[in-house]
Amino acid sequence: MTKLNKKIYMVAGYNTVSMGTGRSEFHPKKPRPGIEHYIKEAGQKTLEMIGGADNVDECVMGNFMAARFNKQAHLGGFFPIIDEKLQFKPAIRVEGACASGGLALVTAIKNVMSGTSDVVLTMGMEVQNTVKAIYGADVLAGAGWFEKRKDGHAYFFPGQFSDRAGAYYEKYGYDYAREGMGRWFRNAVENARLCPTAQEHENKTPDLDALYKKLKPNGKAFVDNLSVLDCSKVSDGASTIAVVSEEGLKRIGIPVEQAVEVLAFGHKVRDITEDPPNPVEVSCIKATAHEALDSAGINIDDLGTIETHDCFSIAGVLATEALGYAEPGEGAKFVADGNTARDGKIPMNTTGGLIGWGHPTGATGVHMAVTIWEQLTGNAGDAQIEMPADRPYGMTINMGGDDVTVVAIVYKKP
Amino acid sequence: MTYEERLQNVTVLGAAGKMGSGILLLTALEMADLMLKPENKGKAFVLNAMDLSNEGLSGLMQYLRAQVLKMAEKKTVILRKAYHDRRDLIENTDIIEQYINDVVSIVRPTTRIEAAYESNIIFEAVSENKDLKVKIFKEIDANNDHDPWFFTNTSSVPIHILDEEAELNGRVIGFHFYNPPAVQKLVELIWTGQTLDEAKEFAHNYAKNMRKVVVPSNDFAGFIGNGHFMRDALHGITEAEKLSEGMSLPEAIYTVNKVSQDFLIRPMGIFQLIDYVGIDVVRFIMGVMNPFLDKESLHSPLLDRLFDDGVKGGQHSNGSQKDGFLKYEKGRPVAVIDPETKNYIGFDTLAAVEDKIGTTPDAGMVWKKVVRMKEKDPVLLKYYSDMKGMDTLGAKLALAYGKRSNEIGNALVSDGVANNAEDVNTVLLTGFFHAYGPINNFFD
Repeated sequence: MTKLNKKIYMVAGYNTVSMGTGRSEFHPKKPRPGIEHYIKEAGQKTLEMIGGADNVDECVMGNFMAARFNKQAHLGGFFPIIDEKLQFKPAIRVEGACASGGLALVTAIKNVMSGTSDVVLTMGMEVQNTVKAIYGADVLAGAGWFEKRKDGHAYFFPGQFSDRAGAYYEKYGYDYAREGMGRWFRNAVENARLCPTAQEHENKTPDLDALYKKLKPNGKAFVDNLSVLDCSKVSDGASTIAVVSEEGLKRIGIPVEQAVEVLAFGHKVRDITEDPPNPVEVSCIKATAHEALDSAGINIDDLGTIETHDCFSIAGVLATEALGYAEPGEGAKFVADGNTARDGKIPMNTTGGLIGWGHPTGATGVHMAVTIWEQLTGNAGDAQIEMPADRPYGMTINMGGDDVTVVAIVYKKP
Repeated sequence: MTYEERLQNVTVLGAAGKMGSGILLLTALEMADLMLKPENKGKAFVLNAMDLSNEGLSGLMQYLRAQVLKMAEKKTVILRKAYHDRRDLIENTDIIEQYINDVVSIVRPTTRIEAAYESNIIFEAVSENKDLKVKIFKEIDANNDHDPWFFTNTSSVPIHILDEEAELNGRVIGFHFYNPPAVQKLVELIWTGQTLDEAKEFAHNYAKNMRKVVVPSNDFAGFIGNGHFMRDALHGITEAEKLSEGMSLPEAIYTVNKVSQDFLIRPMGIFQLIDYVGIDVVRFIMGVMNPFLDKESLHSPLLDRLFDDGVKGGQHSNGSQKDGFLKYEKGRPVAVIDPETKNYIGFDTLAAVEDKIGTTPDAGMVWKKVVRMKEKDPVLLKYYSDMKGMDTLGAKLALAYGKRSNEIGNALVSDGVANNAEDVNTVLLTGFFHAYGPINNFFD
């Protein structure tokens, strides 16, 4: 159990636009902004809110594969471009595939706990539209064990989750499962339409259910058991948030009502060389989420909203089972019945999640924290949900690879 | 010889040309697919890319690599299966690179016709010149021990003429691709009473493997596609010339072009189409077909005149459209030629003519929309029925144009060029992207 040794808050969250093919400004043939643009934009916006770079003790960046997508490593060195006053402050980049953002948050939390920092500028960033999807698939496959790449699908990770979906179809029924996954997709787009930075914000499809039914999985063009609608969007984006101690919160002059309190976190790693022990279970998410909830002293019924890792719609469905909202095999029904919709029993991914908002891989973990901060402090604009007074808790679940690294964080409304 | 054995040694003549390069690409891909089958491991597959132009051949190999790369990126899922046993090829990028190398390694660029002496199949895509084709076929056949089959891309020379004059005893078939061969689904297959059954079967299989839509045509000059297009083009030119008695010739050309596009709901007007195919090519094909036609004269002095003045249309080597009857900016027509002065008159100055032409019965009936409609016939019937009630220049021209197109289409069937009306319509729908075929009841 990770007990926090002091009060820790997150505050001043910011998301850039999640840039990708779903956005009307996206033009495949025109040059697009690189990592420097996203780092600066997100960094400067959070610094504005926290009274400037002088207040920052250190910087942490979560990023997955800039080394391949952008031919750039050594990302800690980019923080000073945000503001010259960040020059000579400690900075580091951490990585855990699509959980890199979550690991950045955990790193920041531990640094505050250790006493070396009171204010940590925490960023997640990825710019991945630099390569065509067929080559992007190779890069993203690095979240899995390379030894398995050869026998994997051209689109490696969709292939992995297609296998999981196939196992779910076989065990519980194809149409039943597709209904749940289809509802997850619809929720994602409907939520994204309320969030101006979301990739699917301008999605004009009149009947999302009909589209989902029409676009059947086709193993000749893509993977056997998922269509492109079941998959998260390839995105360029950055998200930032400040992780602070009580001291730090005072220093930056933000009232506690504008901050969320971090109650607990869970962080676990599963053996990457092993196939998931049970394809219809995300066991690492299950263990990590429960570790976080137990450390926070709450259970799932206390949560007001969740940001969970829906890299694929099936992952969303499986998460409901891992968390315990549905028995094994009943997640599809739980979702199909509207329980995870924004007006449902437990609103999940209220600005679209990875499918609707987008998945700039290294940024996602921080994007999730920003979204929870927005919802819990009333800063979510058109996407704002009503947080029930008796359930003032939020949770983020950030997963790397196929349920290999998981970071789960529990937050409390101020 | 089996299908695969035949495809182990092939030559494409005119490989660096517009059509030849596309035919080469398709053939290379088909041969590579065969080569990658486990049972064919170790067998040599040879594809000679023969062209007289050395510069053309260097350009060809670059083009080939670029096109194969595009195809490979699209079919990576399949390629990963094909290369499953190559444990050293792990990432998509490894597999794509290997595939390009494998396809390109089949192709042997050469300026020497002798390379065809060893081939089983020879694709011919040289100039539309009967005597040249006969000469080449004779020379190759005299030096080739394999009783080769000749697949000609001619769009106008009757196959039986080539068979008789080159003394091939049924070993020649018309395999007429449309431009560009890599993209265009239509292929016209033309054979004579003499054509070997095996060759017919092979041609069908080959076209099927390339996912082409095959339409059989009988052996009459121009076949179905050019049989309609050349006559349709001549009608357009003649209508413009008649109109120019009451307005300037450029205005008349503009009028007929606009009517044939907007009123007849075609992807482009007839003069734009002539420019696209090339004034030189259209003139040439008419010239090749004409001697074989005893009932009509397929000839336009206007085309001769523009050609002699160097106004040819067609494309630049980068694919962009050259000026012809119309002037193009960023691929769109913006002005029309005055054949007297060779100056171009901007469309924006032709407002008076627009008024004369009038509007169509339904502004929503545009090609982009109609071509996608499922139940077109009742909609089109109503559209043209409404048009019959209109007294404008545009309506009158369009109805006459559509009627003439009907006639041309029906004659192709009654003259025995096409086996049936459906085949005629398929050619125009698939090869020319028309929204409806020429044989219909809209203009009765």
